[in-house]
Amino acid sequence: MRLNPPRPPAERLDTSPTVSDEVKTTTCYMCACRCGIKVHLKDGKVRYIEGNRDHPVNRGVLCAKGSAGIMTQNSPAKLRKPLKRVGERGRGEFVEIEWDEALGIATQWLSAIRWQDPRKLAFFTGRDQSQALTGWWAKQFGTPNYAAHGGFCSVNMAAAGLYSIGGSFWEFGEPDWDHTRYFVMFGVAEDHASNPIKIGLGKLKGRLEGAGAKFLSINPVRTGYSAIADEWLAIKPGTDGLLVLALAHELLRTDKVDYAYLARYTNAGWLVIRDPGAADHGLFVRDEAGRPFIWDRHRQRQVPAFDVGAEPMLAGEYRLADGRAAVPSFQLVAERLLDRRHAPEAVSAETGIAADTIRRIAGELAHAAFEQEIRIDIPWTDWLGRRHDHVLGRPVSMHAMRGVSAHSNGFHTCRAIHVLQMLLGSIDCPGGFRYKPPYPKPAPPSPLPAGLAVEVKPGEPLGGIPLGFPHGPEHLLVDPDGSARRIDKAYSWEAPLAAHGLLHMVIANAWKGDPYPIDTLFLYMTNMAWNSAMNSGGTAEMLADKDPKTGRYRIPHVIYSDAYFSEMVAYADLVLPDTTYLERHDCISLLDRPISDGDSVADAIRQPVLQPDRDVRPFQDVLIDLGARLGLPGLVDADGAAAYPGGFAEYMVKHERRPGIGMLAGWRGADGRLEGRGAPNPGQLDLYKANGCFWRQELAPDQRYFRFANRDYLAWATAMGFLDRPEPIHLRLYVEVLQKFRLAAEGHGAVKPPQRHRQRIATYFDPLPFWYRPLEEMGIQARDYPFHAITQRPMAMYHSWGSQNAWLRQIHGDNPIFVARETAARLDIADGDWVWIVSPHGRVKAPVKTMDGVNPDTVWTWNAIGRRGGSFGLAPDAPEAKRGFIINSLVAELLPPQPGGHRYSNSDPVTGQAAWFDLKVRLEKCAPEETRETAPQEPALAGLPGTAPRPSVLRYGAEFRRKRERP
Amino acid sequence: MTSLPANPSPVKLGLVIDLDICVGCHACAVSCKEWNSGGHMAPLTDLDPYGPNPLGVWFNRVHSFEAGDGLDGRTVHFPRSCLHCETPACVEVCPTGASYKRAEDGIVLIDEALCIGCKLCSWACPYGAREYDDDVGVMKKCTLCIDRIYNENIAEAERVPACVSTCPVGARHFGDLGDPGSAISRLVEARDGYDLMPEQGCRPVNKYLPPRPRKREAGCTGAVPLPTEPAAATGFLGWVDRMLSR
Repeated sequence: MRLNPPRPPAERLDTSPTVSDEVKTTTCYMCACRCGIKVHLKDGKVRYIEGNRDHPVNRGVLCAKGSAGIMTQNSPAKLRKPLKRVGERGRGEFVEIEWDEALGIATQWLSAIRWQDPRKLAFFTGRDQSQALTGWWAKQFGTPNYAAHGGFCSVNMAAAGLYSIGGSFWEFGEPDWDHTRYFVMFGVAEDHASNPIKIGLGKLKGRLEGAGAKFLSINPVRTGYSAIADEWLAIKPGTDGLLVLALAHELLRTDKVDYAYLARYTNAGWLVIRDPGAADHGLFVRDEAGRPFIWDRHRQRQVPAFDVGAEPMLAGEYRLADGRAAVPSFQLVAERLLDRRHAPEAVSAETGIAADTIRRIAGELAHAAFEQEIRIDIPWTDWLGRRHDHVLGRPVSMHAMRGVSAHSNGFHTCRAIHVLQMLLGSIDCPGGFRYKPPYPKPAPPSPLPAGLAVEVKPGEPLGGIPLGFPHGPEHLLVDPDGSARRIDKAYSWEAPLAAHGLLHMVIANAWKGDPYPIDTLFLYMTNMAWNSAMNSGGTAEMLADKDPKTGRYRIPHVIYSDAYFSEMVAYADLVLPDTTYLERHDCISLLDRPISDGDSVADAIRQPVLQPDRDVRPFQDVLIDLGARLGLPGLVDADGAAAYPGGFAEYMVKHERRPGIGMLAGWRGADGRLEGRGAPNPGQLDLYKANGCFWRQELAPDQRYFRFANRDYLAWATAMGFLDRPEPIHLRLYVEVLQKFRLAAEGHGAVKPPQRHRQRIATYFDPLPFWYRPLEEMGIQARDYPFHAITQRPMAMYHSWGSQNAWLRQIHGDNPIFVARETAARLDIADGDWVWIVSPHGRVKAPVKTMDGVNPDTVWTWNAIGRRGGSFGLAPDAPEAKRGFIINSLVAELLPPQPGGHRYSNSDPVTGQAAWFDLKVRLEKCAPEETRETAPQEPALAGLPGTAPRPSVLRYGAEFRRKRERP
Repeated sequence: MTSLPANPSPVKLGLVIDLDICVGCHACAVSCKEWNSGGHMAPLTDLDPYGPNPLGVWFNRVHSFEAGDGLDGRTVHFPRSCLHCETPACVEVCPTGASYKRAEDGIVLIDEALCIGCKLCSWACPYGAREYDDDVGVMKKCTLCIDRIYNENIAEAERVPACVSTCPVGARHFGDLGDPGSAISRLVEARDGYDLMPEQGCRPVNKYLPPRPRKREAGCTGAVPLPTEPAAATGFLGWVDRMLSR
């Protein structure tokens, strides 16, 4: 029987409620992507955060993290007030102190070492988006011991890109989503350019048949983006480079190569001296001004490479005027690529990819590049003044990030990818990879790292910036005996091109006093006691370790700034509480990492949309204040008064790096009409705020392609201050800088490696990309540790920050170890079983989940879900602590000893990039009584002073409705 | 039990979700939670938010699972929310009239004032799309953002459900599925959009678009295989010869 409702539906329904009292724009910081957001405020609280439709990064969309910003603002783990440690390090026992006392303590510690030896300060930041300030501050203090977390994350990508093509994936370039016909993604990229990649994939997959594109994903794990790929290659971790070399082998073997592009835009034709044993063997033939030569096809003689009418030979051996032999660098490239060990059959077993598949994909790349070329009728002028009436696109694009970066062969693998792009002629053309201004820059860029003995003086600024790009061995930061000058050994023979430093080695080296002891470790938002470290357990022990002779901590002082109660807080002596990203000014500067896109240059700011309800201060303000208290040059005026009493907001506007060049490029000049270069404009921030907190300038159509050789682009970039000179940037198939290091290892030149490093430098400083098995793998028996162990980043979480977020932790609150179904069956392991994951370095216990979409020799888990109980405002028995784990403690920060006992860091030998994806493990099934919780279990942290009890129910938003309905 | 509208309008507002491009990022789920936390059915209570058993109300959830074997195997990301059925079982079983379907646009809503928290609707819904809020003892669910889509206080372009507005890949579409000429209906037509579990007889308004055929096999992009003469005949020396004789 059907009854009528007791009464007809007559719900009072307001379909047009007022959403908010006020909407403020700013820039998201829930991950590294830097999307524009609109924050709706109601009664002084965040009602709603949405993507800003006008913003160049995200065009109105927003990811799960961005929308969950409201719960990070509401986190119970927000620090409340400066803290001074009272218990032992690691126990998390603190008293609250006033800011004056906190800054007084920091000033006292730092002042003492600044006048003694500024290197005794190691200042390392994490996922810091204000490196234009923090790096400069380190320089003003006088210490070379500065870096952010790039050495842990992406320096292989940055260095390989900047030394090869003057740009790189993600930060300095992007696929041309609108035109590409073939997109290849290597490894995970789930939080790097998170929304731009999603927007791009949606566009690419949504194209009409006929103009459709193929998306190829090369990744040991089929999650995230790989799930929607047309084709997924379950490659064995660490072998991407070999696959790429095989693809290049096939293209070259069949002449599916853009020789015209190579001749015109790369150093393919530059003559390389062939004189084994000579001090200049393998270097380019150059004149006194340093200009290279080519062998001209028409005149059949050596001519300057930049001769308008010349056409280089790309093969052959030629006799130089001095009687010596030289070959075009491309001949060396061809010799390398066509080597039989790069044939598809030869790489198949190692990569796990069938030879037929490799051949087919090479054919598909060739087809997309050469049979589907794009012609756009945009007239443009090249740097030699030649006019072209169109741009020609080779619509193959690529993106690579973590899966390549975090291996000890990542630098050369990324180099191989860039070489593949060059062979296809697909860099900065329609449908290919496109630079984001201010890139391209010269390859390598010009700034050199500073930190030699003559550059470090008590009480004085460092002689240059701490991080830069060595152009040869003479730019290393080593003492005359070859020992490292920096605490992390960046720019030493152990990590010569460490352009982002080695965050992962700072604590281990400082603890050991190798190369020297430090006094103060000053960290900002980097969770070194947990998921930002290799050997995380050991790192925490080193932080808490005392010298038994003196009873003092081996690292005497630890200052830490963070906004939240992360695991690292417990190991600090002094905690400087930061604000959330919604409570401060910030600057996404072109001097750091741009938010530009292929068609424009852009930068952005954050503005405070909320006032903190706690006694916290923006870290950047604190740093400027501390600098003034220390009397650092540039931070005090002639009378010793603070130069920027208005804090970072004032610095962003007033500070000039060079005349006319400041932190922000938009609305410069007294009247705000200048872009790029111009006098400081006191009203600049208001203009940013009125424009959605970003500035964007579109390039003219004829400045958008082939920018390394585009006269109008180069002129504009120089006027803007991005380049020193409007000179072309020749892409580097062959990297001469690497050969200079190799020559040094062979005993040439003024700066030579100590004997014990020579073999290693000679091996890995190959001017051409090559593949080698990841270093850690080489040192162990495959039968003892048969599986690769890697992590993937869930799209809805960013490092540890997500765990304090009441919503995001409901999506990812614990993590199993994922094992291929066939592998699990072989090991008699089923879903729900628990295993010990055992590496040569440690053991971790975790529950198992089986799946099909994973390379059978690989196990994996989600990154940074596991937490120490009590951290991040969580209950001691939270699933993050009891059913979550991190694999960082399985990864040693050092490689096994060399003969003689020396241990290199577990890093890429070229860049020092932390090689945490090299990990190999075995699985041991747990006994039934062991299946209660993950291991190791650290003792839970107690709450910090002043922390409110955790709420048992969260009714966020109820008050908005109450007010709406009963105003 | 509750009747459906006697004279429904032809308008059937709903969502179309493209399983070809959903990457499982949860943006829709969180944006939904965020908007609705302060919206028409506010709050979307979270129990034990920082403890061992966090359990919140979500109107939209994304499930990730694997389907198929071998080369046909795929990872599926499947967003699930109320499908605003034409014959919604949840409404038909409601003893109080709290659950109802709007005549004017077909949106299925709950009048909290009438809901007694009996949960019959959640037992009846074959899609598991209802969310009980233990804190207040009433059932809650997707409102299709009824406080956004008609909201004159927000820009016209933004008058779509929060999940649609935020989706980074553009996998979510909103519109009138009752109008065969609407953009969203044409999309369903062109992409063979389908009903979820039609055998349940609820006639869902929301549609899912199936994954397109993958461009996987040889020739799918139009490429022809590269010549495969043995490497020895070409090799590096062969390449040099070719280059020098160009």
